[in-house]
Amino acid sequence: MHVVGQPPAAPARGAPGLAPATGPARALEPVLRPLRAYGEYILAAASALGVILALWAAFFYAPTEAIQGDVQRIEYVHVPLAWVAYLAFFVVFAASILYLWRRDERWDLIARANAEIGTLFTTLVLVTGSLWGRPVWGAWWAWDARMTTTLILWFIYVGYLLLRSYTGRSEGGARSAAVLGIVGFVDVPINYLSITWWRTQHPAPQLPLGGEPQAPPAVVETLLLALLAFTLLYAYLLIQVYRLHRLQTEAERLRARIESA
Amino acid sequence: MITMITLRRFGAQTASILWKDLRCELRARQVWMAMGMFALLALVIFNFAFDLRVDNVAAVAPGALWIAFVFASILGLGRTFAAEQEHGSLDRLLLCPVDRKAIYAAKLLGNLVFIGAVELISLPVFAAIYNLPVLTGGIIPIVLLGTVGIAAIGTLFAAIAGNTRAREVLLPLLVFPLIVPVVIGAVRATQGLISPLAGDLPWLGLIAAFDVIFLSISAVTFAYVIEE
Amino acid sequence: MSIQTMPASQARPAAEQSLPAAIQVEALSKTFALRPVLRGLTFAVPARARVALLGPNGAGKTTLLRILATLAKPSAGEVLVAGFDVRHDADQVRRRVGYVGHQPHLYEDLSARENLEFFGRMYGISDHRARADALLERFGLRAKANERVRALSRGQVQRLALARGILHEPALLLLDEPDTGLDEDALALLAEVVRARAAAGVTTLLTTHQIARGLALAETALVLAGGRLVHNGPAAALDVDDVRALYTARRGAR
Repeated sequence: MHVVGQPPAAPARGAPGLAPATGPARALEPVLRPLRAYGEYILAAASALGVILALWAAFFYAPTEAIQGDVQRIEYVHVPLAWVAYLAFFVVFAASILYLWRRDERWDLIARANAEIGTLFTTLVLVTGSLWGRPVWGAWWAWDARMTTTLILWFIYVGYLLLRSYTGRSEGGARSAAVLGIVGFVDVPINYLSITWWRTQHPAPQLPLGGEPQAPPAVVETLLLALLAFTLLYAYLLIQVYRLHRLQTEAERLRARIESA
Repeated sequence: MITMITLRRFGAQTASILWKDLRCELRARQVWMAMGMFALLALVIFNFAFDLRVDNVAAVAPGALWIAFVFASILGLGRTFAAEQEHGSLDRLLLCPVDRKAIYAAKLLGNLVFIGAVELISLPVFAAIYNLPVLTGGIIPIVLLGTVGIAAIGTLFAAIAGNTRAREVLLPLLVFPLIVPVVIGAVRATQGLISPLAGDLPWLGLIAAFDVIFLSISAVTFAYVIEE
Repeated sequence: MSIQTMPASQARPAAEQSLPAAIQVEALSKTFALRPVLRGLTFAVPARARVALLGPNGAGKTTLLRILATLAKPSAGEVLVAGFDVRHDADQVRRRVGYVGHQPHLYEDLSARENLEFFGRMYGISDHRARADALLERFGLRAKANERVRALSRGQVQRLALARGILHEPALLLLDEPDTGLDEDALALLAEVVRARAAAGVTTLLTTHQIARGLALAETALVLAGGRLVHNGPAAALDVDDVRALYTARRGAR
């Protein structure tokens, strides 16, 4: 996950006023440059192939679940989506701290890109969960602890994106968003805990998350494949969204320079 | 030695800002009156909305009470920086050699005073119109800890929302999802007061943990929100 | 009245040379909302100087003042006020800087005295009561001391804002268009305060749209245009037309 741990180095044409590429990023530039040029295509191909393979495995390789039937196959999409969403929100959290600490705008753009991806994936998690819940539980929605937490998470990060849209590309907005990115993520475990306790007296059906300890190997394999494929897809999306934000910021910067020249 | 002096200065600065805010708020606006009226109105409306009867009142009423508190709090929280935004400027305060945490502490205490006053008025009314035995010593820590949790997050996000054009809309949107744990805890603890359950969970502990976590995060991050 | 922060300046005027410069700016750049506002400023202001900071709208005057007052942080470069770095010793700088803007920014629901006392406490002044009284007296506000600011006239509010600016006896007084909306009385008072402060060893930096008044009040003129410093020299050597020419010839002299 080098994409996350290390912000892609600044483009060579970095405008003055933009923080210059930091030490390690610049030193690695000769290695990163070709890797970026071709690595992205490799990543795109790998994630496309991975998702296709995972879907094939979900439909044809994994066995039909005895009680739930084919509906259970949605798990192979639902679980990886949830994993990516949580991963993205963790990156928002980490990048927000780094942004407040280092004040490098690239961390802010990474946080923003991850919040967008995480919110999209959380939406899909809620939709796939509902689609699964309707036939299995007989209801689109149940106030299960995990579902409720996911829903609240969704509200927190939609709030994050709203805040960003209201504050534009200002430094003050970036700092406020970083604070929300930190508080919001810390809130997740407390939320989960409180909702679990809240529901203790009314046990709800569990999501089939790693449900049976003796799951058939084909189920485990399919799930692992799907997890890998969606993580690659996440990495690819992150690079694209991050670059989009970078270019938008750069365009706004250039426009401002022309206007004030 | 140095920490004592720093602490004393911190306390003096907090007290001065709090004094100033209370004075401005009491002289200029009766927002706490509006908050109180709002809380009472909410309690009355819930009565119609849920069609309360003797058999379900104990289960539903604590939720109604806390939603009334939360909604009324948002009204007050939105005015956290009113004295600065309307006739002064937060910049003017930031020009002074004041610990930014003292500003947060003063604003938090101010919110606690106003929300607390509203709760003090609405609790007896709640006990009377819902006919529930909540006016015992046990309610004090629940209301206190619950309110600290709401105000800790609310004060931080009042500063965040205050930086935007959509202050009034954004504040509840950002605050409500974050205070879910404290509301759950407070509702459950209040229910436990009305009809104690065997083996009920330590809800007060959950709220207290929430308070500590959010007070510390808010104190650390507040300066990033208000200044460059 | 003694200036706590610069005790040596009054006793030994000869030592003036060795005092730290009131303001020292080195390669200062500031980008605000992706927009370059200041582009590589370098200048120094000696202690006790009276400086007019001139420039057309959007030249970066207010931004520079905000950086000197620690309200904004430099994007690049170094800024020292009375020898203290605005980034790392912000509280030390705040203690030494007085700021008067074109908006009074007083608490309208507090009385004149309460405002001064509040800010006195914020600056940690131990005898804030006595000092507030002395300033109210000097600025002709004693009769109005217990009136809420809301009830004061515009001129009285401006005078109160001026009093608040020098309450903590700053070593550097920043005046951001203080003459906008001031009446004649208040203007005379402003000029008097600027001269008296300078005589007491205080450095003054003021911005104004009234070029002639700025030049008359100051010894040194700094002219900003397009975020660059285009002139730094004696104010007496410039007249209004020179300054206007500097505003437009922004890529000219450096």
